Amino acid sequence: MKAPVSWIKEYVDLPAEVTTEALTDRLTALGLKLEAIESAGAGIEGPLVIGRVLTMDPEPQKNGKTINWCTVDVGDANGTGEPQGIVCGAHNFAPGDLVVVVLPGGVLPGGFAISARKTYGHLSAGMICSARELGLGEDHDGIIVLPADAGEPGTPAFDLLGLGEEVIEFEINPDRAYALSLRGIAREAALGFDLSYHDPAQRDVPLPNDAGHPVRLEDAEGCPVFVARTVRGVDPTAPTPEWMSRRLQQAGVRSISLAVDVTNYVMLELGQPIHAYDRARLQGPIVVRRARAGEKLTTLDDVVRVLDPEDLLITDESGPIGLAGVMGGATTEVSESTTDIVVEAAHFQPTSIFRTQRRHKLPSEASKRFERGVDPLLPPIAADRVVELLVELGGGTAEDGVTVAGEFPRPWQVSMPVDLPAELSGIEIDQETTVRSLTAIGAQVSVADGMVTAIVPTYRPDLSDPHDLVEEVVRIVGYDRVPSVLPRRATGHGLTRSQRLRRRVGRTLAGAGCVEVVSFPFVGAGDFDALGLPDDDRLRSTVRLANPLSSEQPAYTTTLLPGLLQAAARNVGRGAVGVSLFETGTVAFPSGEAAPIYGVDRRPTEAELRKLLDALPHQPLHLAVVLAGERERAGWWGEGRQAGWAEAIDLVRRLGAELGVQVETANSARMPWHPGRCAVVSVAGVELGHAGELHPRVCQAYGLPPRAAAFELDLDLLLEQTPAVTEGPVFSTLPVAKEDVALLVDAEVTVAAVEAALREGAGDLLESVRLFDVYTGQQVGEGKKSLAFALRFRAADRTLTEADTGAARDAAVARAAELTGAVQR
Amino acid sequence: MSGPNNEYDPVEVAPLQPEEIESATQAALTAIAAATDLEQLKQARLDHAGDRSALALANREIGALPPQARKEAGQRVGRARGEVNKALAARQSVLEAEHEARMLIEETVDLTLPTDRLPVGARHPLTTGSELIADIFVAMGWEVAEGPVIEAEWLNFDALNLGPDHPARTMQDTFWTDPSDNHVVLRTHTSPVQARTMLTREAPIYVVCPGRVFRTDEYDATHSPMFHQVEGLAIDEGISMAHLKGTLDTFAAQMFGAGITTRFRPSYFPFTEPSAEVDLTCFVCRGTGLKDNGADPCRTCKGEGWIEWGGCGIVNPRVLRACGVDPERYSGFAFGMGIDRTLMFRHGLEDLRTLFEGDIRFTTAFGSDL
Ligand SMILES: [Zn+2]
Repeated sequence: MKAPVSWIKEYVDLPAEVTTEALTDRLTALGLKLEAIESAGAGIEGPLVIGRVLTMDPEPQKNGKTINWCTVDVGDANGTGEPQGIVCGAHNFAPGDLVVVVLPGGVLPGGFAISARKTYGHLSAGMICSARELGLGEDHDGIIVLPADAGEPGTPAFDLLGLGEEVIEFEINPDRAYALSLRGIAREAALGFDLSYHDPAQRDVPLPNDAGHPVRLEDAEGCPVFVARTVRGVDPTAPTPEWMSRRLQQAGVRSISLAVDVTNYVMLELGQPIHAYDRARLQGPIVVRRARAGEKLTTLDDVVRVLDPEDLLITDESGPIGLAGVMGGATTEVSESTTDIVVEAAHFQPTSIFRTQRRHKLPSEASKRFERGVDPLLPPIAADRVVELLVELGGGTAEDGVTVAGEFPRPWQVSMPVDLPAELSGIEIDQETTVRSLTAIGAQVSVADGMVTAIVPTYRPDLSDPHDLVEEVVRIVGYDRVPSVLPRRATGHGLTRSQRLRRRVGRTLAGAGCVEVVSFPFVGAGDFDALGLPDDDRLRSTVRLANPLSSEQPAYTTTLLPGLLQAAARNVGRGAVGVSLFETGTVAFPSGEAAPIYGVDRRPTEAELRKLLDALPHQPLHLAVVLAGERERAGWWGEGRQAGWAEAIDLVRRLGAELGVQVETANSARMPWHPGRCAVVSVAGVELGHAGELHPRVCQAYGLPPRAAAFELDLDLLLEQTPAVTEGPVFSTLPVAKEDVALLVDAEVTVAAVEAALREGAGDLLESVRLFDVYTGQQVGEGKKSLAFALRFRAADRTLTEADTGAARDAAVARAAELTGAVQR
Repeated sequence: MSGPNNEYDPVEVAPLQPEEIESATQAALTAIAAATDLEQLKQARLDHAGDRSALALANREIGALPPQARKEAGQRVGRARGEVNKALAARQSVLEAEHEARMLIEETVDLTLPTDRLPVGARHPLTTGSELIADIFVAMGWEVAEGPVIEAEWLNFDALNLGPDHPARTMQDTFWTDPSDNHVVLRTHTSPVQARTMLTREAPIYVVCPGRVFRTDEYDATHSPMFHQVEGLAIDEGISMAHLKGTLDTFAAQMFGAGITTRFRPSYFPFTEPSAEVDLTCFVCRGTGLKDNGADPCRTCKGEGWIEWGGCGIVNPRVLRACGVDPERYSGFAFGMGIDRTLMFRHGLEDLRTLFEGDIRFTTAFGSDL
C-alpha cells in the first residue's frame, strides 16, 4: 500500500516537525511496516519550468521519423526572455500548449544532464519532458501537456508536478485490512502521535428509498449489504483532474478514465472497493447470487471464465455481469461513451471472495480488501462519495434513488480479564491504560467484575478474541517496553541419543576426509535412469508432487545418491582431482494413504492422531557417501591412491567401529553399483544398505572418474543397532604369541568364511585374526587363491608355550580345511 | 684368565713390566684421543681394549707371576685398563654427542613441504549452525524436537490456526503431494513440529525445532525451494512476551556476541497473538548503522542498525486448544527464523545457492564447527 504523505496529512494534522521518517518509525512501531519511502522525481535538479509552445515545425527525417523543431516561451527562466529553440520527438501537443521544459544545466533522474546540443541540424537548448523522463510513471508516450491555467511560462514546475512529494509504501499485514486505505493509515498516524483525526468516512448520506436501481440479494451470507446509486449525464470526455491522477499515480494506480479513476480513488481513500456499471448496458434489476453450473462470464480482462457454483455473482437479466468483489464483467463495463453510471458499494463475506479469487487466480485490489475484511458500514458512505465526485468532476446529476439492499452486520463485543494485557506482555499495564488504548482505536469500552468488554469498531473485523485486544493494547503501550526476562522452569534432558549419535556420524566422516553437502531432494525418472535402476526397482516408487518446480523432477527422492553424485560431478567439473562427499537426509517411500483433516476446536483423539501419523510416507534418514578420483593425493611422497570399493567399505566399517557395532558385508548385486563389487551391509543381521564401486555406466552417466565408489545406508536403522551401553572389555597383559598361516582355497571361498572357520577352530586362546596377504597366480593354480593370516594368541592366566600355540594353530587350520576346503601351504 | 704359572716361561712375563704397561696405556690414550668418529673409536677400542690388545694380554699373564708379585702387577694392569676404559667412555660420549648433533643437522628437512596426503573433510555450515543453535537452547534447559518433512496438511496448517480459507495460506506457496486431496504437503515451516510436541508431551514444554522446510520459490541468490528454519516453543504457566524477549536476547547474544540484542515490532502470524517481528542488532556495525569510516551506511543493515531476523509471539489459544493444551492454565510463546538467512548475514554470504551446490571449497572453509 502506497500512501502519499500529503494525502495522509489531509486527515491528520501532523505538526511540521514530524518528518516522514519519524512518521514511518512511529507507524512501524504500531504495526504498519515501512517498505520504502519514495520521493517523486528524485534526482531532478533545476531549471525545470513551465513553457508555452510558440511554434512547432514538423521536419521529416531520413530515418522515417518526424521531429518537431519548436520555439518555446520560457519567460525569463533562460535569462534572456527570448524563445528557446528545442527539438522534440513527440507529437501530442500543439502551439499554445503549456509544457514542462528542462533547460540546459538541469539534470533528470538517472543523472541525465541536459545541455544545449546540435541535433537534426538545429541547436536544441533543453528538452520538453514526458512523465517518464521525470520519473513520474511509465504510461504516457507523449510529453506532459499542462492544463491551460497551470501557470505563467518560466514558473518553476516542481510543485505543480508534485515533484519532491514523498510517498510511503507500507507492507500491510493481513489482520490490518483497514490500513489498505488512507483512512486507516491516517487513523494510525493520529493514534501514534495522539492527534485528532478527521475521518473521511464521516459524512451525511441520504436515506435509502425505493427509487434507486433495483437490487435483489439471494445470498445474504455472501453479500449482506449492497448499495446502488445512479449518476446520469456524466461527461465521458471529462478528464480526471490533475490532483486526482497524480495521487493515483503516486499510489501506484493507473489512470484510465474519470469514472474508473473516481472508484479507485474512493477505494484508496476509504478502503471500500467500488464498481461502476454502464447504466445503459444493465438489463433489469441487479441480482446477487451464486453461480449456476456451466455459467460463464467474460471479465474485464477479456478472459472467459467458467464459473463454479460457489462463486458469488452480480447478475442482471442478461446473466452474470461480475464476479462479486473480485472483478467486473465486460458487458456492463464503463466505456468512452458511458454517460449514466450505476455505482455499486457492497459488503461481501471474506471467505467467499478468497475462494473465488483463488479459484480463478484473480487477485485484485478489490478482492485483497474484501478477503481481509472491510468496514461493513462503509458501502453507503463510499457510494455517496463516488456520486459526489462524479457530479463535481464529470458534470453528472445524482439520481434521488438510493438502494440499500440487505442489512448491516450488528456490532460485536469481545471481553477479556483486565489484567490479561499485563500477564501476556510482561509489562505493567493498568486498567486505565487498557481502557484508554482500546478507546483510542475506537472501541466502546466498559469494565465490570474484572473483565474489560470492548464493543469493537466496525473497521476492525480482525478483533474477535481476547488475545486480539491484548495485541492492540500492547502495541499502543509499545512493544519496546516489553522487558527481557528468562523463563525459569526449562529443565530439559539434553540431546537425545539419536541426536548425539548423528553428530558423531558427521564428525567421523569429516574426520575421514569427507565433505558434507546439502542437496535438494527432488528427483525424476531421469535420475533413476542415470543410476541404472531397473523399471520395477522399489526406489522408483516415489512420493510425487502435485506442483513440482520442474516437470523433470516431480518427486521426493528415495535415495540420496542422485544429489550426491551430481555434487561430486560438479566438483570434478570445477577441477577437483579427488572428491569425498557425504550427506544425511530424509528420503520418502509412499504410504498411498490420505491424511485426514480434523477440526480445531479440540485435540484429536489418540486414535485420530495415530491415523493421521500413519498416513504419512515412511521417511527414514539416510546417509550416503561418494568417493571419486584421488582418495589420497599424489605428492613428493609418492603415488596417490584412487578411490575404490575398498575405501567405501572401509568407511562403513569405521563408522561401525565409531558407533560400537560390528558391520558385516557380503557380495551382492544392485544398481548403481558394479555387480562384482557391491556389498550388502548389515549389522546383527539387519540389512542397512549397500556399499562398493559404482557401475562403470553410472560413472559415465554422471561424468565421474572411473571406479568411483559410494555407499548409502538407512541411518535410522543403523543407529537402532548401536548398543546403549558398551560393556568394558577384559584383556590380558601377558605376552602375545604370533603364528602365520597360508591357506590355499578355491577362488570363490570368501575371506570372511575362512576367517570365521579359523576363529572357531582356534578356540579361546585366539586373540585376533588378520588377513595380511592374498595371492593368486601360477604358483597356486587356476581357480585357487592363497590367503595369508596372522593369528595372535594370548591367555588370561599364563604365558603360552610353543606347544599351546602350535596346537591352537593346527586346530584352526583343521577347522578351516573342514569348512572351506583350505589346504595349508 | 691366566693359567697356572708353571706352564709359562718367566721370560714371557715381560709385558707386565711397568714400562710396558705404561707404554701400552699411553698408546691407548693417544689412539683414543686421535679417534675423530665413532668408527675410529671402535677400532681404537678393539686395538687397545680388545681381547688381543697389549693390556688384555698383559692381564692374562698375571697368573704366571709368583703369588707375591701378582698383587702389584694386578693393580698396575687394573689401573691401566681402568684408565683406558674411562678414556674410551669419555671419548665415546663426546663422539656420540658430535655424531648426534651432526645427524640432526643432516636430517633437517624443508618444513614447508606439503603434507596433504589425506583430504580434509568438513561438515556443512547448515548442520553445524543448527547444532550451534540447538546447543544454545540445550544450555538454557530446552530440548531439541524433530518431525518429518513430508507432513499432514492438518498439522502444517489447520492445527496452527491456518484454516483452509485463511488468507495467510496464500502467503506460503506450498508443495502438495499428489494427489493433493491426500492432504499431505512438504512442510512449509517447522511449526508442525511444535504442534506434534504439544500433541504428544505434557506441559511445561521448552523445545527448539531446527529443520528443513519447502516453499515453491524459484531458485535464486536469495530464494530457494528448500531452506532451513529454527522455531522455538515454550508452554508453561505464566509465560509472557517478556520471557520471549529474554530468550531471544540470550539467543542473539550467544549466536552473535555480547551486546547484540533484539527488538520487537507488531506483526501478524496466525499461530501467535500478539505477534511480533524480531529485529536483531546489526552485528557488523553493532547497531550504529554506519561503516567503520563512520560516514557511509552499513551494508549489512543498509544503515538501519537492525536486521530482520524472524517472527514470534504469544501462542494463539486456538492453537493450544487444537493441540490439547489447556489455554486457561497455560500460555506459551513461539518464535521462528531462517537458519540459512542467519548464516548468510553471520558469515557474509552473498548467494544462498552456495549452500546447496556442494562445492567442497565452500564447505571446507567452515571446518567442522561454526
Ligand atoms: Zn549494520
